[in-house]
Amino acid sequence: MAAIDMKNIVKKYGDGFPAVNDVSIDVADGEFMILVGPSGCGKSTLLRMIVGLEDITSGDMIIGEKKVNDLAPRDRNLAMVFQNYALYPHLTVYENIAFPLRLAGASDDEVDKKVRNASKTLELDEHLERKPGNLSGGQRQRVAMGRAIVRDADAFLFDEPLSNLDAKLRGQMRTEISRLQKRLGITTVYVTHDQTEAMTLGDRVAVLKRGVLQQLATPRELYTNPGNLFVAGFIGSPPMNFLPAEVDGTSVKLPFGTVQIPQERAERAQGKGLLIAGIRPEHFEDASVKDDTSSGSTFRATVDVVEWLGNEAYAYIPFEAPPEVQKQLTQLEHDLDGDQMRTQLVVSLDGASRIAEGDEAEIWVDSTKIHLFDPATGENLTVDESRAGRIPEREDPKAKEQAEKMADHGEEVHSAEEA
Amino acid sequence: MKQKTGIGTWIGFALIMIWCLLPVVWIISLSFKSLAETTAGSPQFLPKDPTLDNYSAILDNGDFTRALINSFGISLIATLLSVIFATLAAYAIARLEFKGKRIVLSMALAIAMFPVVSLVGPLFDMWRTLGLFNTWPGLIIPYMTFTLPLAIWTLSAFFREIPWEMEQAAQVDGATSWQAFRKVIVPLAAPGVFTAAILTFFFAWNEFVLAISLTSTTRSRTVPAQMSFFVGPDPFNPPYSQLATASVIVTIPVIIIVLLFQRKIVAGLTSGAVKG
Ligand SMILES: Nc1ncnc2c1ncn2[C@@H]1O[C@H](COP(=O)(O)OP(=O)(O)OP(=O)(O)O)[C@@H](O)[C@H]1O
Ligand SMILES: [Mg+2]
Repeated sequence: MAAIDMKNIVKKYGDGFPAVNDVSIDVADGEFMILVGPSGCGKSTLLRMIVGLEDITSGDMIIGEKKVNDLAPRDRNLAMVFQNYALYPHLTVYENIAFPLRLAGASDDEVDKKVRNASKTLELDEHLERKPGNLSGGQRQRVAMGRAIVRDADAFLFDEPLSNLDAKLRGQMRTEISRLQKRLGITTVYVTHDQTEAMTLGDRVAVLKRGVLQQLATPRELYTNPGNLFVAGFIGSPPMNFLPAEVDGTSVKLPFGTVQIPQERAERAQGKGLLIAGIRPEHFEDASVKDDTSSGSTFRATVDVVEWLGNEAYAYIPFEAPPEVQKQLTQLEHDLDGDQMRTQLVVSLDGASRIAEGDEAEIWVDSTKIHLFDPATGENLTVDESRAGRIPEREDPKAKEQAEKMADHGEEVHSAEEA
Repeated sequence: MKQKTGIGTWIGFALIMIWCLLPVVWIISLSFKSLAETTAGSPQFLPKDPTLDNYSAILDNGDFTRALINSFGISLIATLLSVIFATLAAYAIARLEFKGKRIVLSMALAIAMFPVVSLVGPLFDMWRTLGLFNTWPGLIIPYMTFTLPLAIWTLSAFFREIPWEMEQAAQVDGATSWQAFRKVIVPLAAPGVFTAAILTFFFAWNEFVLAISLTSTTRSRTVPAQMSFFVGPDPFNPPYSQLATASVIVTIPVIIIVLLFQRKIVAGLTSGAVKG
């Protein structure tokens, strides 16, 4: 078992594409670290550099106490589960799991003991003599896990291990992985772009965008204190609402009306002109089902669409955004792989709410939870730094800017290829 | 799309079978006829009184058994070496990025298309100077030259189909590159290896032009060449029944090999399935 320390890791591919830009992540011994971010942000690349399948352009990769930059994968003693499992189709399940042991030259007795042990843990006993080709997706996934746990590896690395499974199985395997990791207490780095996996599995989550680390924090910290617009929009489903806002004293002018925010938050946003307010859907409520509306503010708006789900309902309220804000939101949408409509407010209401489509409703908003972002930099002005984990741009704005510049260069490389 | 095979299909099938197998049956039937019967002038399809004389005669014929041994030896060695070289070369071509990869591939193809006959003269002279004339290596080397390109092409196609991740997984599991190659990649490419082996073996087994030009005695003459030296008691009447017997005998290994390897090829193809 060992800690993994990545220091200023940079990866430039052969075609000049900078896939990972100056990323520093420290994974403590026994910690479950999640790497998350939109497609193409360099998660797999980073993982493959840890395991040694990809050369490191610059920076230090330290596992345990040892710098491993130049070690071959087999000398790093790490176990990896690939996205498509990469099982050996010509070997039985038993031999697949035994493969690393046989390479290490273990005796038959030892191999048998360890393989049976692993297969018991993963409930693979009745499949040991079968070939991977005849197994279901979930069973294959477990074989791949088996191959990883039979060895006394220093760390587990997972590259989207559940993305090939259907939703139900994914849920089961998620708890399975979590339980296994807790029991074995082994350092784990887990790549995913699934929100739920990121939030439920990880001790800490590293959010990446275009190969640049955006924030490294616990799931709760990421959710309640996103460091910038990108993290705020990426974490949470349905995503945070972004609205144009103007701060004057402690009052914030939103498209639907003016709300009051706490003094200390307001102070940090004074005199910055037009801002972007971020409010999570669940911080709204139907004023008529809310007993005590005094702690926040209320406003009136016409509801466009209502989706009633039983325990809760989502109401959609369109709004107009001024061009400065619109531009930033379009960019954000692009960064997030753009699957969301951003000029409507998504409001989560109690299931008991009677608001119907087309109604003009009175909506309550918990104004103490409003975040304010600088539209120029995307920075969260109201972040509580003591509860936000690590935000690189706060620690060292220059380095972060430099990294973003390298990432910009990447877009040029790709657009040049397309042309 | 399960359909009952129509009667027409069966008729077509039968016609093709007859078309293909009739000559084979004819040769087999010939091999059981006595010499007198084949020289009679009006041969009937089935032997009048079947005899095994031809078989015992040909197996007693030292020249023929010697040629059989040459054929086996030369074909097996050529196949083995060719498959080993082709596997290594094809792996490099499929996996590594190096300058001149395209040239290697197109050169290989050009060699495969080179007519054998055009090389006979030069080879004859070269082999005589080098002392390779009328030896096993004298045939093995040109056989490898002609079969390697095809084997490399076949195998590199197979290697390309194997996901990179197989090999990377093996490396992470603690394998050296060589172990990953031997324990994962080669078994996965087995169908390709067998295909290449069969192609090479058949080429060497059936080859005639080089076999007759580059040999002078039974020291290294193979069966196809040796058969042209069969002369019966009467020079104007070749010993058809004995020739037929020899043909039957050289065909048997081919059939056995096809049946054996066919299993392997099919098994290899179906056990593939990597992704979920
Ligand atoms: N061999 C390569 N050569 C050049 N560029 C590459 C190579 N492999 C990946 N890239 C680029 O590096 C970037 C990061 O790739 P990576 O596979 O790490 O993304 P990812 O975050 O794992 O995405 P996904 O969620 O889709 O798996 C991508 O933009 C990709 O185009
Ligand atoms: Mg990936």
